[in-house]
Amino acid sequence: MRYIDEFRDGELARAIAAQIGRELRADRRYHFMEFCGGHTHAISRYGITDLLPPAIRLIHGPGCPVCVLPIGRVDLAIELALEHKVWLATYGDCLRVPASEGLSLLKAKARGAKIAMIYSAADALELARRHPGEQVVFFAIGFETTTPPTALVIRQAAAEGLTNFSVVCNHVLTPSAITSILESPEVRSLGTVPLDGFIGPAHVSTVIGSAPYEHFAREYAKPVVIAGFEPLDVMQAILMLVRQVNDGRAEVENEFTRAVTRDGNGKAQALVSEVFELRRSFEWRGLGDVPYSALAIRESYAAFDAERKFALETRKVADNKACECGAILRGVKHPRDCRIFGTVCTPENPIGSCMVSSEGACAAHYSYGRFREIAVKAAA
Amino acid sequence: MCLAVPVKVVEIGEGDAATVDLGGVRKQISLALVEDVAVGDYVILHVGYALTKLDPAEAERTLALFAEAGVLP
Amino acid sequence: MTAMDDSRGKAGKSGYVRPLDFKHGRVDMTHGGGGRAMKQLIEQLFATAFDNEHLAAGNDMARVRLPPGRVVIATDSHVITPLFFPGGDIGCLSVHGTVNDVAMAGAVPVYLAAAFILEEGFALAELKRIVESMARAAREANVAIVTGDTKVVERGKGDGVFITTTGVGVVDERIDIGGARARPGDAILLSGHIGDHGMTIMSTRESLAFGADLRSDTAALHGLVAAMLEPVRAAMLADPARGIHALRDPTRGGLATLLNEIAGQGGVGMLIDEASIPVRPQVEAACEFLGLDPLYVANEGKLVAFVAAEDAAAVLAAMRAHPLGADAAMIGTVTDDPHHFVQMATRFGGRRVVDWLTGEQLPRIC
Repeated sequence: MRYIDEFRDGELARAIAAQIGRELRADRRYHFMEFCGGHTHAISRYGITDLLPPAIRLIHGPGCPVCVLPIGRVDLAIELALEHKVWLATYGDCLRVPASEGLSLLKAKARGAKIAMIYSAADALELARRHPGEQVVFFAIGFETTTPPTALVIRQAAAEGLTNFSVVCNHVLTPSAITSILESPEVRSLGTVPLDGFIGPAHVSTVIGSAPYEHFAREYAKPVVIAGFEPLDVMQAILMLVRQVNDGRAEVENEFTRAVTRDGNGKAQALVSEVFELRRSFEWRGLGDVPYSALAIRESYAAFDAERKFALETRKVADNKACECGAILRGVKHPRDCRIFGTVCTPENPIGSCMVSSEGACAAHYSYGRFREIAVKAAA
Repeated sequence: MCLAVPVKVVEIGEGDAATVDLGGVRKQISLALVEDVAVGDYVILHVGYALTKLDPAEAERTLALFAEAGVLP
Repeated sequence: MTAMDDSRGKAGKSGYVRPLDFKHGRVDMTHGGGGRAMKQLIEQLFATAFDNEHLAAGNDMARVRLPPGRVVIATDSHVITPLFFPGGDIGCLSVHGTVNDVAMAGAVPVYLAAAFILEEGFALAELKRIVESMARAAREANVAIVTGDTKVVERGKGDGVFITTTGVGVVDERIDIGGARARPGDAILLSGHIGDHGMTIMSTRESLAFGADLRSDTAALHGLVAAMLEPVRAAMLADPARGIHALRDPTRGGLATLLNEIAGQGGVGMLIDEASIPVRPQVEAACEFLGLDPLYVANEGKLVAFVAAEDAAAVLAAMRAHPLGADAAMIGTVTDDPHHFVQMATRFGGRRVVDWLTGEQLPRIC
């Protein structure tokens, strides 16, 4: 596969790893937060940690839209399906998220809710066209990558004059998440989470461009390297970060130049501004209320806002007391620090959000990393 | 987050519709979020929409950068 | 004179019974009612297609003789949608699935029983296609479908048709092939490309439309198993530590699930090599599109063998010499691991664990 296979070459990986090893300063460690869930997945799936020198420590950040989705919001989706009896269109990622009363969208489906798993926002719109007599609600999640398609279908629905289509908008913003990490006491004042730089998200950046990260580099003096999705991209980005740290620089660099420009996709950005506006505040699971971090549907498209249409109220639902997802999402704790990790909380029975999505730090560690901590010997 | 793949545009249809190819598998997608896409171009595909064009020259440059590792002192 | 009464009358003369309309007819509730309509369906469709003395006898059971050996029995239900897909259909799938389960004991499958749950309104034309496909698959596999059952459920209560097949076969008493027998040091042999069936099914589903020449790999594997046993049978009979220890086919949950199952059963670990696992480019690409991992995608015509190290080369050669094993490869070894981890050396050079599948593998945006 073009532009994929070349970026997964094992030999080049080893060469880059060796180069990283050569450029490391002997007297320090390097802590980089990889923000994007896709990067978490790539690191786990390709075993990148095995290739990196131990002085490099990768911390998983809150870049997983499923992981940061509050239980209360999933409850809204379930309420719409079970009580208002709408067709609830959702991406596959959300189906198993455990919500209140032991329910999930999948369990609601077993109780008779009309849950439609879709691959694309366009499918949700098509569902509405095919069932003109029934209400269809699209439960939209995602960072800036996934937001433009939602904006498109809302605009299309308006153009077609559909009266049976609406959206629950849970779209969140990357820069806000990064700010909340950088503002957290553990990073800012206490220094309990040493953070030397960020591996910036790949596909979010194709939409928003590299410009928005310049703020972090300036304000917080942390280097950011936007990295492509493939394992070689990640390794190259780490090399670039090491160099910045060694040089004492704090700049925004772009490793993913084949798809990311400084300004990003203007057309998509304009579309998003036309349909959405900033919410003053939004709850992020594990991070609490974060100001100006999420989007709501504008008044001009109010007819397509399911929260208005169905008079929905989001309840705050607390996480299980033993759940450490919040600390893990902020990079303060590691999955193994959580009391219930691997025992009560497993991918089969996820208690917290970090275990639900395969991008979540806990799920990734459980599936891919756990074994490293247990000695294994092969038979003679 | 954001599972997205680089795919090749093999056919441009009506409106914003296009057909792309990845490793011999074809799919119908939408070009509504991008402009000036021609057959033969590569785009980054996410949830059925092209998000941006892939720049082949930059891709080559990046690969060359990877190859530098091991050559440097 | 009534035309329909064939239960009495002059010697040798029976009344006219209109044949089933396989072109435009549909299943209705009488076809499961136990009366004439059902008898007609059985005679004109099932018994005609499956064509053997047992069905012709018209009993609700079949009295059969089995060759000498240990009896192996297996059953599978098939609820697949869509019913017809590139490379096969629910009919041949239901034959292959159960034949393969029996074959995984090293046994030769001999008889099948087939139960049908039909949905009211299901087109007889489609049913005929399915039944004929089953008949063909059974003939090619050299098994006879000797008994069965038919029920009809109301419209809306079934996906067209559900098929349950039960298979019976025999294996030499002295041969012991089973998951618990995998041993550290065993070679892990895979018979060919993974992911074909699952991705073919995905590609025919509505909102994930691909145009690709993917085909299901559904096939009966007992011939391949027999070919694999041939070079090592004598050694196995003399010494149970030799030859093939375990066999399984990676159906639902894919190769990864199979490996984890056997690791648990055998109380062992595994180390496999990603680069050695054959995956077709279209399957790789289709998985990329959806964020799926080929290791967890279903197969219907592949098997994995756990073979004593000293016999691995011979068994692998036998696989490759058989049409269903032409792309067979050794993909790893069984290890001694109290935690039963299945580890994989990635193409990239790192290592990861290949864990159990959680629920169903769903296409994702993240």
